[in-house]
Amino acid sequence: MSLTTFIIVAVIKVALTLFILLTAVAYTVWLERKVVGRMQNRWGPTRVGPFGLLQPAADGVKFLFKEDLTPPYVYKPLYIAAPIIAVVCALTSIAVVPVGNWVTVAGVSTPLQITDVNIGLLVILGITSIGVYGVALSGWASNSKYSLLGGLRASAQMISYEIALGLSLVGVLILSGTFSLRGIVDAQAGHFWGFIPNWNIFRGCQFVAFFIYLMAAYAETNRIPFDLPEAETELVAGYHTEYSAMKFAMFFMAEYANMITVACIASLLFLGGWHGPLFGPPILQAILPVLWFVLRVVAFLFVYIWVRGTLPRFRYDQLMAFGWKFLLPLAIANLVITALVVALRA
Amino acid sequence: MLHLILFSVFGLICVAGAVNLLVQSHPINSALSLVVVMGSLAVEYLLLGAEFVAAVQVIVYAGAVMVLFVFVIMLLNAGAEEHTKGSIIALALGVPGMLIAAILIAWVLVTKSGIHPLSLNALPGHPKDIAQLLFHDFLLPFEVTSILVLIAIMGSVVLASRPEAIEHSKKES
Amino acid sequence: MVPLSYYLVLSGILFTCGVAGFLIKRNIITIFMSIELMLNGVNLSFVAFAAQWHSLSGQVFVFFVMVVAAAEAAVGLAIIIAVYRTRATLNVDKVDLLKL
Repeated sequence: MSLTTFIIVAVIKVALTLFILLTAVAYTVWLERKVVGRMQNRWGPTRVGPFGLLQPAADGVKFLFKEDLTPPYVYKPLYIAAPIIAVVCALTSIAVVPVGNWVTVAGVSTPLQITDVNIGLLVILGITSIGVYGVALSGWASNSKYSLLGGLRASAQMISYEIALGLSLVGVLILSGTFSLRGIVDAQAGHFWGFIPNWNIFRGCQFVAFFIYLMAAYAETNRIPFDLPEAETELVAGYHTEYSAMKFAMFFMAEYANMITVACIASLLFLGGWHGPLFGPPILQAILPVLWFVLRVVAFLFVYIWVRGTLPRFRYDQLMAFGWKFLLPLAIANLVITALVVALRA
Repeated sequence: MLHLILFSVFGLICVAGAVNLLVQSHPINSALSLVVVMGSLAVEYLLLGAEFVAAVQVIVYAGAVMVLFVFVIMLLNAGAEEHTKGSIIALALGVPGMLIAAILIAWVLVTKSGIHPLSLNALPGHPKDIAQLLFHDFLLPFEVTSILVLIAIMGSVVLASRPEAIEHSKKES
Repeated sequence: MVPLSYYLVLSGILFTCGVAGFLIKRNIITIFMSIELMLNGVNLSFVAFAAQWHSLSGQVFVFFVMVVAAAEAAVGLAIIIAVYRTRATLNVDKVDLLKL
C-alpha cells in the first residue's frame, strides 16, 4: 500500500468511526431515556420525530444554543481544559477497537479498525486512565464544594476499581497470549463439544472475570450503582455542577462514549467479538460479523440501562469496601486459578 | 530524519514541562506539567521501540501515581506556594547550580560518549520477552519488590489513617 | 537516526530539573514531584541504553524503578497527609520541630 492510499484510507476510517461513534452516543442516550421510561411506566421522549427518534438532534441543538456561562472564581484554564480532556480521551480510545474482519474495497484491503497495534488493550487502559483527569480537574477547578467532593470521589473510585478491572482482564490475556484485540478475538474462533462457541467466557471459564469486569466497568464509567461522583440527590450532579451548554455536553458525551468503549471491550474479550454463524450470499457474509458485534454491544448497553433502572446507589464506604475487599481478592483468585490451569495444560 | 524530528519535538515538550514544573507556584499546575513530561517520555520510549514500557509508563505513572498526587492536592486543598527566607536562598543558589550541572552533564555526555546512532525502533520490547526476563532471570528482585510493595501498602494505611480510628479498631478486636 | 548522547542529554536535563525543583521548591508536594521527575529522567537513560546494547534488561530495570516510585509515592503521600493533619501546613520550612 502506497503512502497516499494509506493516508486516504486512514482519514476515511477516522471520519467514519467518529461519525458512527457520535451517532451511537446520541442514540444510546435516546435508548436509555426510552428504556428507563418504560421501566418506570412512562413513555420517554415521544414528541420529536417518530418514537422520539429525533430527540438527540433536538438536544444537540439545545446544547449548542444555550448560554455558555463561566461562573466567577473558577480556575479558568483548568475549568475549560477539563471537559476537553474528558471527551478527547473518551473518543480516542475507540481507535484501537476492531469491529470486524478485514475487508477489501476497490482493491484496497484494510482491517475494520482505525489501527491494529499489538499493545491495543494497554493503549485503551492507558487512555481511560488519563480520562480520570477530566473528572478530577473539573471538580477542583469549579471552586464549588459539591464539585470538589465529586472530583475527589471520582478520582478515588477510579483508581480503586482500575486495579480490579485490570486484573480481571489478565485471565483473558493469559489464555490468548497477546495484547492485540484482534489477536484475542481470533483466538476465540470455532466451537467446542460441537456447539458451544469458543468464547473466553465459556471455554476459558472466565465468567467470574466477566462479572468482575462488568462491575468494575460500571464504576469506571460512573454509572449507577456506582455513580457517587455525580450523585444528583446528595452532590447536585457532582463534578459537572458548574458546567453548562457545550461544556456540559462534552462530559455527557464522554460518559456515553466510555460506556460504548467498555461494551466493545467486553464483547471482544469475553464474548467472542464478531464471531457468529455466517450464511447467505457473500455480501451478507461480509456484513454479518459486524452485525453480530453490534448486537453484542447493544445487548451490553441494554444491561447497563437495565441496571440503572433497577439498583439504588451504594453508600461511599460500601463502594470502597466492595472494590477492595471483594472484587480485588476475587480477581486475584481468578487470575491465579486461570494461570494454574493454563500451566498444567501446557 | 523522522526519528530526529519526533525526538526533538517531544524532547522539547518534555523539557518545557519540566521547567514549567519549577516555575509554577501552584502545586496542581506543577502536577499537570509533570503529567505532560511523563506523556512525552512515553512517546520517547515508543521511538526507542520500548512499546510495553511506554504503555506501562502512561498507565502507572500518568494514570495512577499522578492521579494520586492530584487527589492529595485536592484533598488538602493546597494553595499557592509561600515564599520564605529559605526559598529565596535556595532560588539564588539553586538556579545557577542547576544550569552549571545541566551544562556539565551535557558537555560530558556529548564529548565523551561519542556518536552511537540509534535507529527508530532499535530494540522492540515485546511483552513476551520482557515477561521472560522479569519472571525468569530477574525472579528474585521481582519477589523482593513485591514484598516492598506490601510493606508500602501497610505503611501508607497506617500513616494515613486517623489515630483515633486505630484506637477504635483495637478496642473492637 | 538519533545519537545515543541526545537521549542521555535529555535525561540529564530532566534529572537536573528534578534536583533543582527539590532544592528550590518549598511546597512538600512539589518537592515530591521533583523526585518523580528525577526518577523519570533516569528511566529514559535506562531505555536508551537498552536500545544501545540490544539488551532488554534495561527495560526491565525501568519496571523496578516504577514499582519503587509507586511504593514511594503511596508512602510519601500518606506522610504528607499525616504532616498536614498535625501541622496544617505544607511548607517544609515550617515543619522544623521534631515534636509538637
